[in-house]
Amino acid sequence: MSLSIEDVSVRFGDRVILDRCSIEVAEHQIVAVLGPSGVGKSTLLRVVAGLQVPDAGRVSWRGRDLAQVPVHRRRIGMVFQDEQLFPHLDVAANIGFGLRMAGARRGEISARVDKLLELVGLPGFQPRDVAALSGGEAKRVALARSLAPRPEVLLLDEPLTGLDRELHDRLTGEIRRILTATGTTALLVTHDHEEAGTIADRTVTLGRATDPDDLGAGHP
Amino acid sequence: MFFAWPLVTLFSTGVTGDGIRALFQKPAIRSVAWFTLWQAMASTALTVAVGLIPAYVVARYRFPGRRAFLAVVTVPFVLPTVVVGAAFLALLPESWHQTVGRSCSPTSSSTSPWWCAPSAACRGQLDRGVEEAARTLGASTWQVARHITLPILRPAIVAAASIVFLFTFTSYGVVTVLGGPRHPTLEVELYRRAVLLGDLPLAAAIGLAQLLVVAALLGWWGTLQARAGTVRLRSHGQRPPVGRQRFTVATVVVMTTVALGAPVLRLVQRSFQGRDGWTLAWWRSILDDGAGTVWTSLRFAVLAALVATAIGLAAATAVSTSGRLARLLDSGLMLPLGTSAVTLGFGILITFDHDPVDFRASWFVIPIAHALVGIPFVVRIVAPVLRSIDPKLREAAAVLGASPFRVWWEVDRRIIQRPAAAGAGFAMAVSLGEFGATSFLTRRGSRTIPIEIADALSRPGAASFGRGTALASLLLVLSAVVVLLVDRLAPDGRSW
Repeated sequence: MSLSIEDVSVRFGDRVILDRCSIEVAEHQIVAVLGPSGVGKSTLLRVVAGLQVPDAGRVSWRGRDLAQVPVHRRRIGMVFQDEQLFPHLDVAANIGFGLRMAGARRGEISARVDKLLELVGLPGFQPRDVAALSGGEAKRVALARSLAPRPEVLLLDEPLTGLDRELHDRLTGEIRRILTATGTTALLVTHDHEEAGTIADRTVTLGRATDPDDLGAGHP
Repeated sequence: MFFAWPLVTLFSTGVTGDGIRALFQKPAIRSVAWFTLWQAMASTALTVAVGLIPAYVVARYRFPGRRAFLAVVTVPFVLPTVVVGAAFLALLPESWHQTVGRSCSPTSSSTSPWWCAPSAACRGQLDRGVEEAARTLGASTWQVARHITLPILRPAIVAAASIVFLFTFTSYGVVTVLGGPRHPTLEVELYRRAVLLGDLPLAAAIGLAQLLVVAALLGWWGTLQARAGTVRLRSHGQRPPVGRQRFTVATVVVMTTVALGAPVLRLVQRSFQGRDGWTLAWWRSILDDGAGTVWTSLRFAVLAALVATAIGLAAATAVSTSGRLARLLDSGLMLPLGTSAVTLGFGILITFDHDPVDFRASWFVIPIAHALVGIPFVVRIVAPVLRSIDPKLREAAAVLGASPFRVWWEVDRRIIQRPAAAGAGFAMAVSLGEFGATSFLTRRGSRTIPIEIADALSRPGAASFGRGTALASLLLVLSAVVVLLVDRLAPDGRSW
């Protein structure tokens, strides 16, 4: 019962981005993927989310191959590196978007939005314009948004990059607390060892694509 | 002065009761107005529906020949309306000339780039990431389009559509060439009333009514643009198409190219076609007695471009400073673009025909009218570039010891010289193809190519038609050369 990534390879033209990468994440576990920039960490998350079709290998969740499951039916959420908040919607509508897509009733949505804003420490932010949020606030709204439809797996792509030191340290703790509180299975991509250690239960290192021995071998 | 004064005169002539009353009472006028409106709406709908697809493809995918394809959709953008009209005359079988739809499809094809360019620019800007984020939140492809893509692009779409509407609403050249007397638009009716029937008050009233519609539309457009401007999106660029997308992209590119290219190719072909086989007679006839016309057109174009660039640069500098007045000036400068050229020409005609200034017969009235139409293009191209210059750049230059003039020379001038040249090129292309205002102001000895084309096409006979197609082909080549030069110079992400 887990998320398993088996021998996944991705090539863009003749450039190898991922070469036979394998990672196993147990249910309710948080795994961090470490590695220098350019080793395909983000691409790996995009493959799991279904945004990128791998050239080889397979991704399965609870024993079921996800290859034929389209992005929006996977129940896999993602926190993007640059948040990607919807510019035409306010904070509440951003967080409620996933529930609206799932066909939830209005009252249900607003109740859940309130609860999530509470969880990420931004109560009362519902009517705010997303363009007016500070960096840390935007990150937290993005986290709340991806948690709202109760994804079975959450992917986090460098969720704390670009924040100042103090905010960064506070949010690492918060993310760990929120993920364990919701019992979410999570795969976190980062280049910061300390951050990985604080948030994750286990750390995996992706190496240079040119070194075949080091490829996604999964060093716990 | 040359723009505002004629309009004021027009206004004062127009409001003398009779004209207005006639405007509402004459059933003939009402049916013309109805046709104009109907035609403009149909053309806009068609243009938006058809233009969306190539715009999407260009914005989304990177494919071989993408630049060339962009050029293909850009060229008709400044294709003189009489050329478009001539091309459709050459393409469609004789019997079709009498159908109403004929004025629709050419106007929409001539305006489709107006739609294509802004939406493509905007679509390219729309970050794919936002759409991907929506996908991971459980939105299907269709839901993404409905809840994310369309709402974000709506201001841009509406803005583009309103511009298309504006152009079709005031279309004159195409309708004159194709429609004939049976299906006049308000523009054509204005010309007929003023020049053929001498009913100045009614003509002025028509111009006035049209001006009001255009001003209202432009005001609305301005607010939409302001709103569209608040959504700042990053570009992730285009990707090569994969799998089935390849087929789709190829189909769209080929079909668009054929649709835009066919009338033009047919036009050129017809210019070499005699009653029995190929002939150079039409082209030779231009060489014989058309050199003067071509020379006049070129002279006017260069002059108009110089005037438009000089005034346009000054205006762009004024507009790019922030503040309320600048914004007002910005939308004010768009007015000549939206005002129908016929109204402008008519205004100039009735303003400068008596003391203190009787310019009417002066040859320079035409290039000045052309420059008026060209100024907005210069401003549109240069102002955004001026605005984007970081003030710190100027401060850095000043700190390094540059005098204010040197700062302008080394920083501003270097950055705007290419866009300014592009603007000048545009003004030149506009002047080459300008027909509406010129048709009022033209005199013996100052006939431009578009006037000659319309004249040749309106006469019966194969010789006259052949001469018209040859002239139109010539104008086509001239405009295309200018536009392609401009395309090399223009900054990316145009903002009209």
